[in-house]
Amino acid sequence: MTIIHSTAAELAAGIAEGRFSAEEVTKAFLDRIAAVDGLVHAFLHVDAEGALATARAVDADRAAGKPLGPLAGVPIAVKDIVVTKGLPTTAASKMLENWIPPYDATIVTRIKAARMPILGKTNLDEFAMGSSTEYSAFGATRNPWDLKRIPGGSGGGSAAAVAAGMAPLAIGTDTGGSIRQPGAVTGTVGGKPTYGANSRYGLIAFSSSLDTPGPVARTMLDAALLHEVIAGHDPLDSTSIPQEPAPVVAAAREGLTGDLSGVKLGVVTQFAAGEGAEPGVIAAYQTGVEALAKLGAEIVEVSCPHFEYALPAYYLIAPSECSSNLARFDSVRYGLRVGDDGVRSLEEVMAATREAGFGPEVKRRIMLGTYALSSGYVDEFYGQAQKVRTLITRDFEAAFNEVDALISPTTPFTAFEFGARTADPYQMYLADLYTIPSNLSGGPAVSVPVGLSDGLPAGLQVMAPTLRDDVAYRVGAALESTQEPRLSDQIPDVADKEL
Amino acid sequence: MTAISRDEVAHLAHLARLDVTETELDRFAQQLDVILQSVQRIGEVAADDIPPTSHAVPLTNVYREDVPVPSLAREDALAGAPDVAEERFRVPRILGEEE
Amino acid sequence: MTTATLSSYEGVISRYEPVIGLETHVELGTRTKMFCGCATGFGADPNTQVCPVCLGLPGALPVANAAAIEATIRIGLALNCSIATWCRFARKNYFYPDMPKNFQTSQYDEPLCEDGWIEVDVDGEVVRVEIERVHLEEDTGKSLHVGGATGRIHGATESLVDYNRAGIPLVEIVTKPVVGTGAKAPEVARAYVTELREVIRSLNVSDVRMEQGSLRCDVNTSLNLPGQEWGTRTETKNVNSLRSVERAVRSEILRQAPLLDAGERIVQETRHFHEDTGKSTAGRSKETATDYRYFPEPDLAPMAPDPDWVAKLKADLPELPRTRRRRLQAAWGLSDHDMASVQNAGAVDTIEATIAAGAKAESARKWWMGELSRRANEAEIELSDLAISPAQVAQLQTLVDAGTLNDKLARQVIDGVLAGEGDPAVVAEARGLAIVSDTGALTAAVDDAIAANPAVAEKVRAGTHAAAGVLIGAVMKTTKGQADAKTVRQLIIDRLS
Repeated sequence: MTIIHSTAAELAAGIAEGRFSAEEVTKAFLDRIAAVDGLVHAFLHVDAEGALATARAVDADRAAGKPLGPLAGVPIAVKDIVVTKGLPTTAASKMLENWIPPYDATIVTRIKAARMPILGKTNLDEFAMGSSTEYSAFGATRNPWDLKRIPGGSGGGSAAAVAAGMAPLAIGTDTGGSIRQPGAVTGTVGGKPTYGANSRYGLIAFSSSLDTPGPVARTMLDAALLHEVIAGHDPLDSTSIPQEPAPVVAAAREGLTGDLSGVKLGVVTQFAAGEGAEPGVIAAYQTGVEALAKLGAEIVEVSCPHFEYALPAYYLIAPSECSSNLARFDSVRYGLRVGDDGVRSLEEVMAATREAGFGPEVKRRIMLGTYALSSGYVDEFYGQAQKVRTLITRDFEAAFNEVDALISPTTPFTAFEFGARTADPYQMYLADLYTIPSNLSGGPAVSVPVGLSDGLPAGLQVMAPTLRDDVAYRVGAALESTQEPRLSDQIPDVADKEL
Repeated sequence: MTAISRDEVAHLAHLARLDVTETELDRFAQQLDVILQSVQRIGEVAADDIPPTSHAVPLTNVYREDVPVPSLAREDALAGAPDVAEERFRVPRILGEEE
Repeated sequence: MTTATLSSYEGVISRYEPVIGLETHVELGTRTKMFCGCATGFGADPNTQVCPVCLGLPGALPVANAAAIEATIRIGLALNCSIATWCRFARKNYFYPDMPKNFQTSQYDEPLCEDGWIEVDVDGEVVRVEIERVHLEEDTGKSLHVGGATGRIHGATESLVDYNRAGIPLVEIVTKPVVGTGAKAPEVARAYVTELREVIRSLNVSDVRMEQGSLRCDVNTSLNLPGQEWGTRTETKNVNSLRSVERAVRSEILRQAPLLDAGERIVQETRHFHEDTGKSTAGRSKETATDYRYFPEPDLAPMAPDPDWVAKLKADLPELPRTRRRRLQAAWGLSDHDMASVQNAGAVDTIEATIAAGAKAESARKWWMGELSRRANEAEIELSDLAISPAQVAQLQTLVDAGTLNDKLARQVIDGVLAGEGDPAVVAEARGLAIVSDTGALTAAVDDAIAANPAVAEKVRAGTHAAAGVLIGAVMKTTKGQADAKTVRQLIIDRLS
């Protein structure tokens, strides 16, 4: 088993036991990046020097007999929406093309404290708005399974990096499905924790009440290990929950034993019907459901009648918050400045800068959000959407009175071709159909690779009660344990694919 | 209430300080209209007696103590600035007045 | 004001009823900013008290300052407001370069405090001003406008922004419209701001100095015909002193009346007050209200002040300044006028402390309002900045009461205390300042004076006691003024009878 085929857990053990050095491990991934990222374009910035320095420091500690943390020396890629001190952070936008932050996000501080070499920053849809990474201002990322197709979004870079073996772990952020949907279409694991479980300090804000940083990995255990490194209360984030992180590592290990007797799973009626979903996706999902049943889980149907309003509510709440969050990009303190010719006023420079700095999807959402918040409309749009959130939360609560977790396909379609959904924005928004409800309720959800449809990966989503991330990890790991080999073990040989 | 007009889009663009082109105005008007049509559905179910949810996990009284912590070094604060003069952020002439 | 203007004001006020409203911003004196731990000290070098949060860097998040919330609630309680049991911050969205996020984190329809009142004294009458709300928000940065003639925006070619002030906690206090003030509207406005400032100062939450910007006032004025609806109001900003508050109201009344007389419309606008001319100029039109797109701040948790804690804050409030003043005025036996003088001189605390140190009320008042006020004015400093303490003044009076010092000597002792030579007793000792009480020495001096002025002595001997003045003067000269004039006079008369 080569290094790039190893899981994060295996790498950590290997480093700790001295079977290979942290430097070797980091080098292996840097070499892989050099070999294939020219085609995949998952990375916007690679920090070989920084990553190797951290790796060498871990090796020095090991040589000195110092104890190593659970993921010490295991390399990681970070979605370029997360602020990293001294490393470019662009949010995949021309607005921040040359910005180097003077501070670290809290989750980066924790990654550094865990001594994980940061390989670099990964590509995304600009400001995390999109489902295909096509809206990156610096070029799209290609799905390693088929280079003519999208890797999902907004976190397509992190998912592609892990899927192509360029990083064993990555950080993503999930606002409407941006970790889970790329996970599903690239055959990797994507986890969205309970909102507030992971600090948002240092996450360039898109939708404040929905943004959640989370793990991207090849296995459930790997994702759980990363979750426990970054999760936990942060006094710098007022929305950070005080509870201890859910015991997801223990839960993943338990799930891997493949015993789900006594566990009751709910299939969401409204999603099971599969309207608008590709038949292949539904078929793959069904095999997953059967596999879970074989492990002893009781599968029942649960109706969540308000889930169909989740997408419209999301497309009012998220743009509203983002229209306000993105107002700070005004050419004054950082970022792009355009048109400052000594004649134009600040107001003109501001407008010219924002016009030039933001891409079309970002502008669309800013205007939609401005509309939804404007006086005369705010109650009808933003206000009503917040009520739908209450209804969806109640649907979840009612469901979890009957079942331990809910399951659904992660996303209605497999990786589509570039340009297939950019003409009509609403067609793109449909990719988030199944993932959005748990963003609105704040509950945890993970996407587990479940099979192939016409040769392209599909995922099964497990949704658990708020604060019970461990339940999602147990069920996801149990599903994973039925796959031999795991779908994510099939690292595509990118170089032989057509563009 | 949908059917968003070109003028309304222009007004929104001004509120959001976006210098949209004529072509963009038309395109956005049409795209926003489609989106607004689909989101209008939530009116069907959002009855008056339903309270809004603004935060997923309800927290209250999250504060910090009034104890100073080190600020950024000035060069770090100014490092990303497009234009600096006299240790301050320099901007071109401002037309509007302060609030 | 000339007679013509005066009568024009009287004329206006006899025909129109003014309605005023005041919006006051108080910069809290917390050690750190509202949403981050940056220091707040005044006068730091530009952009040295900033961090990712108050600079609005991408990714930064706010965390609310507990001390600021407590201070705001205390202000609300002192203004008899009811305190919210649950409320939130809200975003007020608009673009301006001194706003790091291009939204201000403030409060909208859920203020921390509302529906209060404060009583102020205006010309012997008590006026009750209702308070609409007290809420908490954050201050903006400061811009320097360069290239124009006056340092203001108009004509500037560029601006330079310093964010040290951005994020400092600001409490906004809004009155309900104040009606029925008639001609006294300007004085009521001034009295309100004056009293508000006293209340806030007594709470120790801000140094409320208008000249330093820790107390800012916007004044709203409208006129209407008696019995009619309220007129369109204008807002006057840049009102930087108590005197300007009064002038701003008066000048706006005088400006609006002729327009209304001529049947013209009052434009709803923000006006800018000018200290030098005492008038305001038109600024931004407020005809189309800015759409701030308020929504609850998703990055902050709601505030739910514990009712028991609020009750304790209320119980622990210091005595209201007005209540205290009335109590002291009665205790000191002062007229309204005299008390007002003491108040205006900022001498209430000082006099109270002097009395606490043992002096009688009248003596304390006499020293501070008389000799010491004169010296403070000469030196162009505040009374409280004089280098003499209430305890020292009390001691000084004790020496006078004991007959050790007379007024003239006491003033010399003050010289010494102000020069840093120590307490009055020490100064008197060191400088040898004491009324000569040694009868022998005095008698000798008297004899010398009589010997040196035989003609005058004859007159006194003959019964013209008034002539003794020359002899008294001579004795005073010999004793360097350190004799009690009455005693000397008696000695002379006894000697020459």
